[in-house]
Amino acid sequence: MNTREPLVLGIESSCDETGVGIVRGTTLLTNTVSSSMAEHVRFGGVIPEIASRAHLDAFVPTLDAALHSANVTLSELDAIAVTSGPGLAGALMVGVCAAKALALASGKPLYAINHLVAHVGVGVLQDPSPSGGLREAGLPTNLGALLVSGGHTEILKVERLTDSVQLLGSTIDDAAGEAYDKVARILGLGYPGGPAIDTLARTGNAKAIRFPRGLSQPKFMGSVEEPGPHRYDWSFSGLKTAVARCVEQFEAQSLEVPVADIAAAFQEAVVDIITSKAVLACREHGISHVLLGGGVAANSRLRHVAEQRFSAAGITLRVPALDLCTDNGAMVAALGAQLVMAGAKPSGLDFATDPSMPVATVSVAG
Amino acid sequence: MLILAIDTSAVASAALLSDDRAAGLDSSFATSDTRSHAEVLVPGIHDLMTAHNVGAEAINAIVVGVGPGPFTGLRSGIATARTLAYVWNKPLYGVMSLDAVALQVAESEAAVPEFAVATDARRKEVYWATYRLDADLRPHLAEGPYVGPAKDLPALQVFGAGAGLYADDLLAHPDFCRVQPDALHLGRSALARLLASEPLLDSTPLYLRESDAQVPGPRKRAL
Ligand SMILES: [Zn+2]
Repeated sequence: MNTREPLVLGIESSCDETGVGIVRGTTLLTNTVSSSMAEHVRFGGVIPEIASRAHLDAFVPTLDAALHSANVTLSELDAIAVTSGPGLAGALMVGVCAAKALALASGKPLYAINHLVAHVGVGVLQDPSPSGGLREAGLPTNLGALLVSGGHTEILKVERLTDSVQLLGSTIDDAAGEAYDKVARILGLGYPGGPAIDTLARTGNAKAIRFPRGLSQPKFMGSVEEPGPHRYDWSFSGLKTAVARCVEQFEAQSLEVPVADIAAAFQEAVVDIITSKAVLACREHGISHVLLGGGVAANSRLRHVAEQRFSAAGITLRVPALDLCTDNGAMVAALGAQLVMAGAKPSGLDFATDPSMPVATVSVAG
Repeated sequence: MLILAIDTSAVASAALLSDDRAAGLDSSFATSDTRSHAEVLVPGIHDLMTAHNVGAEAINAIVVGVGPGPFTGLRSGIATARTLAYVWNKPLYGVMSLDAVALQVAESEAAVPEFAVATDARRKEVYWATYRLDADLRPHLAEGPYVGPAKDLPALQVFGAGAGLYADDLLAHPDFCRVQPDALHLGRSALARLLASEPLLDSTPLYLRESDAQVPGPRKRAL
């Protein structure tokens, strides 16, 4: 096996994107994604069974397209990597079964890897395209990662990408992207909620209403010396309820609902609490570089406020190209290649999916 | 002809079988539980091929049970079969999974000219179909597959694990109360059809149920 610049194929199926990516070392060769997003629109959120059915039908065509686009054959690969958790159980199952079959049929070693750490792994990729979002390859030391999407909201400390990653904080209920979807539904803005709210919020007055910042009270925060139980954690379900109450009050008084103001104020509450807690966690853990990941990285307000606040705290923020921020197979391949280069053992063929895989498990031991 | 058969409509199973009995190949494995398909299926296929020293080049076709069966388990087998067929460039055929139980019935002393097969569909329902034994003594699908409560089955002798679960509501055959679809009988059923030049299915899963998703209604306005 080439362990200097391994050719690795990565498979991702933890939510509603079927992704197959191929990298050579730290060079991205292809990032092929088939999304079932359109099928979830009428339900206002990802329906796990619909996502799983779509993965089954999308897998082989996506694999075929990725191999063609990278112009490589399966026999040339050094290894295969697959997301084995965390994620939707039924969705993970499709990718893992397909990956195992691929490993068996091609005789290549298989790495079962952590989806959240893969979001960080994308940071090592050099993007050869001129619009590539990554300026330099490799990951700096004192690294943290802020992951915000429809499926997760986490702040991680990355000591070593391949074997030492720590969860500093996460949402205790809804993911931030999920809160956007639910609020967009309350406001009648459709799915997915993120882009709809982000766009409308630009025309609204964010200060018109003040929505609560979840888990920001002293009893949850504590102090540096004596941290509270949720110092770096988030909660968005109360915020969603507050938005619903607010809308109801306007309606009860037969007043026109100021949708743009509510969207702006909601977005401000989300962005404020995400960035303030993330900056706090980074400062208190000696993190000087932060990688942003997840689909909410596309949110203009989040990016703006995050850039301001991290830079004011002396922390560098790096935002990969958006198609590498959303769920994709290239990030799985990128982390897989790092594992091969670090000499990690493959996972074998008999591992299980783990819908709640902890970030401390970067890859499943063989 | 050597085929690799896979079925995960109930338990996870795989089989290597050949129409040439002299080849001595009629080997299979099956799990006893219905929840660990993703872990055991591919290692099981690997062991099967290694034990019989069968390489991909020796396999002529892949056959997969397309259900009906619980969705997540069912997809494990189909995802595996589709990927193997793609990489090895082999023809892939689908077989209705209840056919595997029907063949076991037809080959047994319990065989009757008309019968039903039922498996567990969870949620107090069964997957079922009816079969007729023709002059060739092979079972031929008469009706189905369907999903529904056990009491909806016609007044026929019912074979399979679904019958055992609802012995009060239907005419369960006592010797077949725990029998599940398995790859060995599924593969035999496919082999008989291939040799008789009869058509087989493609690998589209027979879900029989929609996803449970509800389209949300309009939000109630506060008055
Ligand atoms: Zn993700």
